[in-house]
Amino acid sequence: MDEGKLVVEAKNLTKEYKGFKAVDNLTLEIKEGEIFGFLGPNGAGKTTTILMFLGLTEPTSGTVRICGFDPVKEPLDVKKIVGYLPENVGFYDDMNAAQNLRYVARLNGIPDEISEKRIEELLLEVGLAGDKNKKVGTFSKGMRQRLGIAETLIKEPKVVFLDEPTIGLDPEGTNQMLDMIKSLSTKKGIAVFLTSHLLDQVQRICDRVGIMYNGNLIGVGTIDELAKEKLGLGAEKFTLEEIYMKFFKQGE
Amino acid sequence: MRGILTIFRKEMEDHFSSTRFLIISAVIVMVGVIVTSMVGMAIQEELKGMVKPTLIFLLLFTSTGKLFSFVQFIGFFGPLIGIILGFDAINRERISRTLSKLVSQPIYRDSIINAKFLTGVTITAIILVAIILLISGLGIKLIGVVPGAEEVGRLLIYLIVTLLYISFWLGISILFSVIFKSTATSALASLAVWIFFSFFVGLGAGFVSDAIAPVNQTSAGVDAESIMRNVKVQRIISLFSPMTLYGDATGMILDPMRKTTSALVLMGPLERLSISRFQNPLPLVESLYITLPHIVSLAAITILCFGICYLVFMKQEVRAV
Ligand SMILES: Nc1ncnc2c1ncn2[C@@H]1O[C@H](COP(=O)(O)OP(=O)(O)O)[C@@H](O)[C@H]1O
Ligand SMILES: [Mg+2]
Repeated sequence: MDEGKLVVEAKNLTKEYKGFKAVDNLTLEIKEGEIFGFLGPNGAGKTTTILMFLGLTEPTSGTVRICGFDPVKEPLDVKKIVGYLPENVGFYDDMNAAQNLRYVARLNGIPDEISEKRIEELLLEVGLAGDKNKKVGTFSKGMRQRLGIAETLIKEPKVVFLDEPTIGLDPEGTNQMLDMIKSLSTKKGIAVFLTSHLLDQVQRICDRVGIMYNGNLIGVGTIDELAKEKLGLGAEKFTLEEIYMKFFKQGE
Repeated sequence: MRGILTIFRKEMEDHFSSTRFLIISAVIVMVGVIVTSMVGMAIQEELKGMVKPTLIFLLLFTSTGKLFSFVQFIGFFGPLIGIILGFDAINRERISRTLSKLVSQPIYRDSIINAKFLTGVTITAIILVAIILLISGLGIKLIGVVPGAEEVGRLLIYLIVTLLYISFWLGISILFSVIFKSTATSALASLAVWIFFSFFVGLGAGFVSDAIAPVNQTSAGVDAESIMRNVKVQRIISLFSPMTLYGDATGMILDPMRKTTSALVLMGPLERLSISRFQNPLPLVESLYITLPHIVSLAAITILCFGICYLVFMKQEVRAV
């Protein structure tokens, strides 16, 4: 992991929904090229955090910078360099895989000559080369998820936010997906911010993880750091799941 | 701009391959052809051995024949076209979970609404131009009269006003597609507004005007002054209805014998006679002048509708649930 520039810089970020704090005072930094796992149970505030990063919802207080841009004031600059895979991503089911990707490419102002080549490459990389001209409506859950990854990469982003990229996949599909994310991130030097509530699954590809609970970031660092420094445990003996349980007990 | 064009292009392709576009077109062509044939043949009968009256060509569109005129049909069906083209514009993308993807691309959010609106207007324009040409072609064949420059001009204005009118309904339905998450709800809400304006504004205007400016019954009969006031109030209230605005505007444009937008009820038999017999049709410019306030009002309510649409959509959190 290089100690390069920061792609995400959040300070005291808070989002309230009618008095309820979905995200409470979040301060977090993501470095260039790293894979960051944002973990926590459902309702912890992971999606809300991503929405604030993208300028899709306004923070109640606090600031975020994405590669130096403010999502509230410069949303287009942010969206140019950020890929976002929403939870349970949707497609235009009556268009084929290539058409879906081309549409997103055009929305990013990428000329068809250029996107054509990228589409070929990306579909190959996510293992959908043979399904280029199939209607997305016929795709399985796993194929859709992989197409979603390809779609976030078409604009050649600096950072991608993947919201629950492994949700609904079987163990084999999950592992394939994670390997794919890891290799794409390494190959292209893209920072990945991925959320999950399945902790032991994603930990193996994450450089660092942050743990969310009830809107609060209760721990952040490498698995080792979290285990040793914060809890005094030997990392090799404990899974993330157990660290997590410990945190909850401490939090209560 | 790039965003608008890209979305516009895709939406146009979607529409052209959609069944709903086919059905709308089929209904309009069917009604247009049937009504024109009937009216055309009736005119043909009456024209036998007569000098050609002025602006007869427009009668193809305004003459009611045995059923209803084409213009009346569009006045009634037009809102439905707008509603059908727009009721699921935004919430369809929400349901297919593509909206969160769309708003996370580097395009302005309003370009999504603008593109969808533009698509609806373009589709409507294509349908209207096609049907007016079709009716004209059929009409030329049936009555053997070629429209003059003035008739063409009036039809052109009619086209623009109709487009504006349908755009209003498109705006309403797109607004509801932003507000309501379910497509069935937004369709129903649009229909409710349509029914409200179609039937209840007229009725309501009657009630309100009777309350504000009641007609005085005297022993000598009714007081003419009070009838005038009553009708005036009623008209002002019904001007809030886009149907009335549209009906008045197109009536004036296509029926140049009419000189005011007021109801003919107010005229005595002599005036009515003189209108139908001795007066020349109003020149195009003057027809336009009289209808201008209506056109401006129609544009204003369409823009208002849009303003609300932006306000709601711009700040709306788009969450893929
Ligand atoms: N629009 C909203 N209004 C009120 N509460 C909301 C809204 N959106 C999310 N929440 C609440 O915010 C909390 C965090 O939600 P979310 O960020 O989606 O969690 P996660 O993605 O970690 O599962 C949840 O308790 C959720 O109910
Ligand atoms: Mg979530």
